[in-house]
Amino acid sequence: MTAMTEQASTIGPMSLAEIAKGHGDQGVTNRDAVFKVSDLSVSYSGNVAIRDVGLDVHKNAVTAFIGPSGCGKSTLIRCFDRMNDLVPGAKVEGEVLYHGKNLYGSDVDPVEVRRRIGMVFQKPNPFPKSIYDNIAFGPRVLGLKGKLEERVERALHRSALWDEVKDRLKESALGLSGGQQQRLCIARCLAVEPDVILMDEPASALDPISTTRIEDLMHELKRDYTIVIVTHNMQQAARVADMTAFFSVEVDEASGKRTGVLVEYDHTSKIFTTPADKRTEDYVTGRFG
Amino acid sequence: MSSRALKGGLFKALLLFSLFVGLLMLVVLVLDVFLDGLPYLDLTLLTNPPSSDPEIAGARPAILATLYIGLLLLLFVVPIGVGTALYLEEYADKTRWYNRLLEINIQNLAAVPSIVYGILGLAFLVRGLGLGRVLLAGAMILTLLVLPTVIIAAREAIRSVPDSIRQGAYALGATQWQVVSRQVLPAAIPGIATGSILALSRAIGETAPLIMIGAVTYISFDPTILGPFTALPIQIYSFLRLPQEEFKLLAAASIIVLLVLLLTLNAFAIYLRNRYRRTW
Repeated sequence: MTAMTEQASTIGPMSLAEIAKGHGDQGVTNRDAVFKVSDLSVSYSGNVAIRDVGLDVHKNAVTAFIGPSGCGKSTLIRCFDRMNDLVPGAKVEGEVLYHGKNLYGSDVDPVEVRRRIGMVFQKPNPFPKSIYDNIAFGPRVLGLKGKLEERVERALHRSALWDEVKDRLKESALGLSGGQQQRLCIARCLAVEPDVILMDEPASALDPISTTRIEDLMHELKRDYTIVIVTHNMQQAARVADMTAFFSVEVDEASGKRTGVLVEYDHTSKIFTTPADKRTEDYVTGRFG
Repeated sequence: MSSRALKGGLFKALLLFSLFVGLLMLVVLVLDVFLDGLPYLDLTLLTNPPSSDPEIAGARPAILATLYIGLLLLLFVVPIGVGTALYLEEYADKTRWYNRLLEINIQNLAAVPSIVYGILGLAFLVRGLGLGRVLLAGAMILTLLVLPTVIIAAREAIRSVPDSIRQGAYALGATQWQVVSRQVLPAAIPGIATGSILALSRAIGETAPLIMIGAVTYISFDPTILGPFTALPIQIYSFLRLPQEEFKLLAAASIIVLLVLLLTLNAFAIYLRNRYRRTW
């Protein structure tokens, strides 16, 4: 474990600003942008969930989306792997460039997008199959070359689950604890060797110890992957993220409709110590939300 | 005892009474049939064709025909029913009017009386298609009869597969076909199997549509798929119409055979349901 992650597991009574100060790589903004989002709006059956978002997601960094419920952060993260396509009535406008290529171009197959951009969900969702078959599912459906067993073992090692499950690979994944199931889902995602890992509140259904393990894992994984995480937990963002985007909800006076907007996007340490926007400051100091 | 406690006790007694009405009828029915039929429940019944002499008369052609019909029915109804259910649950855009119309129609079809299916079979299969009064036509008409039941059961089973499973599979880059064939369908199989077996047991107890398409009452040879046939319920009916008292007992014995068949199927369905019951 690195010094950084040890610190992450002992939060104690530190303030968010203190946590954030010791964290986050200031150099990430010099790296290539994996995603370049501009003028992005998403609506569900005409109701705008989030609008006019523009931000860059940098390579080998952890980028966190924070904000109150209904601010559209989950909607936004689902644009990166085109999971919104599965929601009837969802409409995405604007541009999401992935290594310079528009993800919403007419020649882009969402299935191809998803094999490069993995996703971990809020609630662990192991398949009702054996641990082995859970990990092997991705490589199998994608027809990946190479020995399947090695691939499964490698993925389980990387998600720090191997030692706990190596003797029961043939047992049902549903018998694992919640934290183990979530690491299994991370392993499942790693087995197809994605470029980016999207995590939609990956620890919100887990106990504190499991949460710490997932956070440690994120620090590990960002060396090889680009990670985007949605979180309700500001301390988590302060601990794991290099860059943080704060979203807020705007309520239309006339119709009462709620729409998410991006308020501020900057280095995590900046967001939690000297935010530029009053709304961000109110949120991170606990005066709102 | 206080009057409140008395009311509670009275209510409970009423509930128990309701339970016993159904149970008692079943017990009386089964006992009556068994007492009458048991002496005639022997190999003769299972291996001999019907005859005018009750001592050597059996129900072999009818039993065989019922088994054939059951097998053919499963062969037809499972792929069509599961296919329809998969389309409606996984592929159909539910905001389209024609898909909603389809759904409503399937629910309505499940409520159509079986005699109406018999008329349909007579008009379209036996006469229209020119199949004739054959076993295949009987199996097909019973397929149509229980198809809505199978579709509804399969849809329930498919719907009970949580969406998080589909999302997880899609997120790994699986195509819709892969998600359906490798995740949704395997997870739904226990429910589909249970529904199909219950539909089968309903079908093989049916009489009306088969009479309608002209299942013959007296068949003394083993049935073939494209030949004339009779089925167990019809055989029972025709035994009962004969004047000799012994045939009534033979009918009772045949009822036992039919009951055993049905109860075995139902027990198997219950076993499947419990064996694969899953908590997500």
